[in-house]
Amino acid sequence: MAGHYARATLMTVFEDESGRSRETAGAGSTSWIGSPHPAVVADRDGGVVEFNAAAADLFPRMGVGKWLDEVVPRWLADAHQRLAHPARAPAAAASARTRPAPLRGRHDGRLLRAHPTESGHGDVAWWLVDDSDLTAAQDALRTERERHAILAEASTQLLASLNPDRCLEKAALLAADHLGDAALVISPPVRNRYTVVTAMGGGFERTQLTLDPALVPGLAEALQGFPPVPARWIDPAELPSWAVPEGFGGTPGSVAITPLPGHGVPAGALILLRRGGQRAFDASEELFARLFAARAGAALSAARLYAEQARITRALIAELLPPRLHHVDGVDFAGGYRTSQDTERIGGDFYDVHPGTDDGQETLAVLGDVCGKGLDAAVLTGRIRSTVQALLPLAGDHQNVLRLLNGALLTARHTRFATLVLASVRRTGGRVRLRLTSAGHPRPLVLRATGEVEEADTGGTLVGALPVVTSRSATVDLSPGETCLLYTDGITEARGGPLGSAMFGEDRLRSALAECVGLQAEAVVERVQMIAGDWVGRGPHDDMAVVAITAPHTTHLSAVNGHTRGRYTA
Amino acid sequence: MSPQTTISTTSTADLAATRRQLWAALEARDEPAATAAVLGAHDAGVPAEDLLLDVIGPVQARVGAEWATGRIGVAQEHAATAIQDRVVAALAHRTADGTGARPETGETPRRVTVACVDGEWHALPARLLAEVLRGQGFLVDYLGAHVPTPHLIAHLHQTGTDVVALSSSLPVRLPTAHAAVTAIQAIGLPVLVGGAAFGPDGRYARLLGADGWAPDARAAARLLAAGPPRAHAARPAGELPHLADQEYTLVTRARTQLVRQVLQGLEDAVPAMASYTDRQRERTAEDIAHIVDFLGASLYTDDAELFTGFVTWTAGILRSRGVPGDALVAALDLLADAQHDFPRARAHLAAGRRALLRVPAPPTPGPRS
Repeated sequence: MAGHYARATLMTVFEDESGRSRETAGAGSTSWIGSPHPAVVADRDGGVVEFNAAAADLFPRMGVGKWLDEVVPRWLADAHQRLAHPARAPAAAASARTRPAPLRGRHDGRLLRAHPTESGHGDVAWWLVDDSDLTAAQDALRTERERHAILAEASTQLLASLNPDRCLEKAALLAADHLGDAALVISPPVRNRYTVVTAMGGGFERTQLTLDPALVPGLAEALQGFPPVPARWIDPAELPSWAVPEGFGGTPGSVAITPLPGHGVPAGALILLRRGGQRAFDASEELFARLFAARAGAALSAARLYAEQARITRALIAELLPPRLHHVDGVDFAGGYRTSQDTERIGGDFYDVHPGTDDGQETLAVLGDVCGKGLDAAVLTGRIRSTVQALLPLAGDHQNVLRLLNGALLTARHTRFATLVLASVRRTGGRVRLRLTSAGHPRPLVLRATGEVEEADTGGTLVGALPVVTSRSATVDLSPGETCLLYTDGITEARGGPLGSAMFGEDRLRSALAECVGLQAEAVVERVQMIAGDWVGRGPHDDMAVVAITAPHTTHLSAVNGHTRGRYTA
Repeated sequence: MSPQTTISTTSTADLAATRRQLWAALEARDEPAATAAVLGAHDAGVPAEDLLLDVIGPVQARVGAEWATGRIGVAQEHAATAIQDRVVAALAHRTADGTGARPETGETPRRVTVACVDGEWHALPARLLAEVLRGQGFLVDYLGAHVPTPHLIAHLHQTGTDVVALSSSLPVRLPTAHAAVTAIQAIGLPVLVGGAAFGPDGRYARLLGADGWAPDARAAARLLAAGPPRAHAARPAGELPHLADQEYTLVTRARTQLVRQVLQGLEDAVPAMASYTDRQRERTAEDIAHIVDFLGASLYTDDAELFTGFVTWTAGILRSRGVPGDALVAALDLLADAQHDFPRARAHLAAGRRALLRVPAPPTPGPRS
């Protein structure tokens, strides 16, 4: 090839010239010789023409007249060859106009960036920049960014759920995904049993174990949470069999135990496993694991705290929740409740149905409304409900019950008052007789089989405000299919409707009820709730409670049953 | 989630006979007969799932259809629905011990919460799904009709549900359903949706970013048995770029005012309305409010078909009750007049009008005077 010939013949010439130019440079007009960055000039055949001291330091065999491929790494010599002898002339011309892109390569453990500049008469000067530190910094930055992204994602996932079980699973799954080949999250014990969530390969398993944490080095300390202990590397051989997930594939290569620091209480411990052959954790990975553990611990603590508070709340409000009503002694009862706040489950309205203790005794239904709403009102409903329950033996005399209830409310510290309706219910034959007494409460409505809606003629003073209360009871008989509706003013005073802020009012309630002829108690309650609910739409409203007392269709049980089947079955 | 009649191991004739018996009992408001019809078929070997989905479900669909055509009143519809609910309870009581095999642990969800969105009172489809899932071995929390989103979320935090199934029948609840879907996903749980609200092809389920949609209870059960849809990582609320024009917000906010305006316009245009009672007037206002609500939903989903579907359905209901459709067209026109700044609302109203008149669409939907 022509190149070989040229190289051989031109060598001496260049040797001569380069010696001269080097001297010129040395004379000091150009400063590149003293540059801290290595620089090498080579002719188009790859012979070294000039170099500076930094280049000589970097490439100890450097010398004028030597071939580049003898003194510099292969990648640089090859690049020079490509630049000096481009495959096609036009492309070379084009690339000469645009500045050639720098190259990167390794030499002696360093990362070098090489920038070529063409002198114009065939020589190429290579400027070398040591990129090792920059690259290392960039790598570190990338790793940090990735870890940051993982931690951000982990926080999002961990904080999303306030359910401790979900949170445990998330922590284990995230740890197995990002920190090791498998991960175990161990919760502090409940009555000596530990919940262990094991995650590997995107799946998890939850087990309850009775175990002695002292048998796993570092586990007892990690589970205590205090004093804070660093992540600890333990000998994989010391790991009990329960700690190695099924399908892990042999004994782990490395094992780390990290505490999950919670909010003042230990949230558990994290065990990370890596397979044999995988490298062990380095210091920065260990730090990362601790950062992760801190987030997981905080999330787990928050979830436990919420669960505990929710448990307490549930226990405390259980007695304040509206009861489920059903059929009692041949009479259908149904109740519906909607609190003023969607976030609350209890409010200032209440109802109860107390079945008579003996056969033939009346059932007492009570529905009422405490002044105010929310928790404070709900607490008072609880007091009223238990007082009424205590007064059940006296329920034959509504006036007496109201008088005693009034006395009880007056002596209490609060200043709230309440309105309520008492309904004593007894079924005789197919008919249901009600004794109704309203204490300052909207009068019960009675839906007749004809579709007429009547108001029970009862009235009285509210309780808890005045020293003396008076009331007047009404007696109402229901035929089968007829319903008596007790309701609170949250229904009638609900504002809304298609034209804005009109009050629902008793008339609309009466017409809604009139459409319910022959319906079961549940269906009446559902219908009234639905109409009132649609009326308020998304607007604000007070607590709303309804109770329907319905005399069932008795004749169904035998005769009609056979009749309808006979008539309709094919 | 309207259950569809599908081929099963039970003979279709048995199922048809049971459906006839159940329907007859509901017509007579005869709860014991209704219960006897279904439990009798269960005694005769019809699986509970088939009774739920091929008897109770279709009969409930018929209740709705009969109401829509005016053959039964609203009270009868409620009575029938209440009886159906009791029949489901009776059947559930029998199968309470759970005959179905539990789904595998691990990838398959074990605990499902079934709920209706806030404002949704039609609970039966959700109840049927809950019972079918229970029968298949899932642990089911059935929260019933009309579940405010804060209650739902509190329940999910406290129970550790694997997946939520949300039911809604009315498209006007789609914005509420969207809020619920977003809230459930924000706590890292996947949510399946079902019910007529999400469109016959589930298009609104996709639009709102639900993790899954099922056309009926069987499909929902299959989806859940196949494993939980991967929960999205908690993320910002699903974006609906078309809401940037604020038309949904402004139309919804102006609801009362729009209803008043259209009602006034109708009274001026239709002389017969002068003799309306207060109650008739209020009913008319309710109908107009309904139109505005559906317009809101169609703006929210940016799908004029939602609106045209509602308008043609309403026209059908009115026809079956002997009410002339002119008032509906007049109401749409009055509503369009009030929307001069809202091009999308005008386009949807124009589409509704075209659907009503069954005239060829003009090249560009434009205002009509």
